[in-house]
Amino acid sequence: MPEIASRSALLVHHLRKAYKDVIAVDGLDLEVQTGECFGLLGPNGAGKTTTVEICEGLTAPDSGDVEVLGQRWSSNAAQLRQRLGIQLQDTQLSEKLTVFETVRLFRSFFRQGAEAHEVIARVQLEEKQKSRVGDLSGGQKQRLALACALVGDPDFLFLDEPTTGLDPQARRQFWELIEEFKQSGRTILLTTHYMDEAERLCDRVAIVDHGREIALGTPRELIASTCAEHMVEFTAGSASKALDVPALRRIEGVRDVRTENEAVLMQVTQLHTSVPALLAELTRQNVPLTELRTHSATLEDVFVTLTGRHLRDE
Amino acid sequence: MSDNTIPDLRAREAAKKAPRGTTLADHPLVQLTLVRFREFVREPEALFWVFVFPILLAAGLGIAFRNRPAEVLKIAAVTPELAQSLRQEKLLEVQLLESGAAEEALRTGKVALLAAPGSNGAVEYRYDDTNPEARAAHMLADRAIQRAAGRVDPVSTSDQLMRKPGSRYIDFLIPGLLGMNLMGSAIWSMGFAIVDSRRKKLLKRLVASPMPRHHYLLSFLLSRILLLVVEVGALLGFGALLFHVPIRGSLLDLAVLCILGSFSFSALGLLIASRARTIEAASGLMNVVMMPMWIASGVFFSSQNFPGVMQPFIKALPLTAVIDALRANILQGSNLAQMAPQVGVMAFWLVICFALALKLFRWR
Repeated sequence: MPEIASRSALLVHHLRKAYKDVIAVDGLDLEVQTGECFGLLGPNGAGKTTTVEICEGLTAPDSGDVEVLGQRWSSNAAQLRQRLGIQLQDTQLSEKLTVFETVRLFRSFFRQGAEAHEVIARVQLEEKQKSRVGDLSGGQKQRLALACALVGDPDFLFLDEPTTGLDPQARRQFWELIEEFKQSGRTILLTTHYMDEAERLCDRVAIVDHGREIALGTPRELIASTCAEHMVEFTAGSASKALDVPALRRIEGVRDVRTENEAVLMQVTQLHTSVPALLAELTRQNVPLTELRTHSATLEDVFVTLTGRHLRDE
Repeated sequence: MSDNTIPDLRAREAAKKAPRGTTLADHPLVQLTLVRFREFVREPEALFWVFVFPILLAAGLGIAFRNRPAEVLKIAAVTPELAQSLRQEKLLEVQLLESGAAEEALRTGKVALLAAPGSNGAVEYRYDDTNPEARAAHMLADRAIQRAAGRVDPVSTSDQLMRKPGSRYIDFLIPGLLGMNLMGSAIWSMGFAIVDSRRKKLLKRLVASPMPRHHYLLSFLLSRILLLVVEVGALLGFGALLFHVPIRGSLLDLAVLCILGSFSFSALGLLIASRARTIEAASGLMNVVMMPMWIASGVFFSSQNFPGVMQPFIKALPLTAVIDALRANILQGSNLAQMAPQVGVMAFWLVICFALALKLFRWR
């Protein structure tokens, strides 16, 4: 791919798409570099799938420009299709076909690519080659869908929520396959609402909400720029003895305090100074502590900080 | 290749970039057609409705409406002399009974007629003249008595019996069932497969790949032709073997008719499936489209039974055209030129439905 080595694999400029009653994508700009794994992270209904399907040439935007691998859908659709690997959100492949027959079918659409059985081996489904698709587990079905996306030896892989609904082990197995593909130096655009998935797989992440990009960067950058390093979560007090929240904000090293139902969430820069200070403050207020937890800040915390909502909230 | 060898992926990576020898089996149209075929064969219900059901129907109706030998009528006689005379007639079964028992048999319908001696050597028949069987028995009995007494018919006559293959109900039925089957299998296979793929977002996945879209639609027509051979062969073979239903027209013409008819119905099925998102919606539409044709197009009885004002509409239905043409070929041995109106109707539906379906078709 020398002709695009110095260019972006995907350029999205001022993209807009509205359906009858909602604006799905509201002026989105994206740039994905060749060879990177780029994540679109956001809650359900954030416009991720619409954005990806516009990039895949399946949906026409109302306005805005999309350039994939240096080409446009309006003029080079046939060539583009040959170079993209696409896994759509919840496609059900024909249940009566076997794994091999399914991959063989998709293989026939591409001018280049590995033989069907090699791709099946790559997604670790050799033992299931002769099984009907209807008899596969959820994780195996997703790996088969990945095989159908990889069968044309694509330069650019689109994955729309590839691990939604899978159990933790199946997700990890899927991630390993994606990491293997990444090592070949090709480009991936991944949408997910799992922050751990984005943190593990993505070189850069765009957080989208209501069809707009609200943050962009590497997972580490995003966490560092929006939150402190650590999160402290505790429940304390009772109905009779309310907590003095403003007092907590004055503790040294505390960047932010939010209350969420019963719990209090604090962003702190240094655990070893902030936690003792918190305990001292609670003692001073004479409020009993019922629960205390800490964790390193994640993309979930970034999202919560930016929007006040959780990723998985509807 | 042994399963134990771990292939050098990089070498393969390099090898696959080289243009590979492509065989016919690598062609997307071949693969898509194979998929159609496999999906159909792996659906036991579909196999039943397409292959077994029409044959069961033909067998059931063929047996129910088979031509029975002329029935023998039961009568009673009260004297041995009368019984003797009456037994000369083969179509009568004569019982010799004493008069009380004979009266009882007549009253309870065990015999259709009672022959008893009257005064002066005359013969008296007792029977119900409103009963056709009894009237027939009267004619036969009287003829036998008169002939036994020496009557000679002044004009000699002979009978020629018409029970030949080609003019029975089963001969009428087999082309009708064949037409019905062509319609059902084409519309169902097209409609369900497409709507199901749309519902499962498989259609969307396919158009996201470089699959040529016209190959997808062509694969349905190709698999249809393959299945037609079995479908038509099974029903006509059954009719020919068990009921000796003749095929008087050219087999080539018959093949052309079946393919053209099947394609017209496929186009109709494609139109039905062009927008529907659920199987329920598609089923409803299919029934609305097919039901009037099952009734009016002359599958089980002649469409001529409907009033004259309806005839132009009935003739314009694709199933009427298919069945009329099939009957003309199979039973009358007509050639394609003689079926120009029917062929025209089929072609009309094929073109109109296909054009409309392509305009309306929704891939997602």
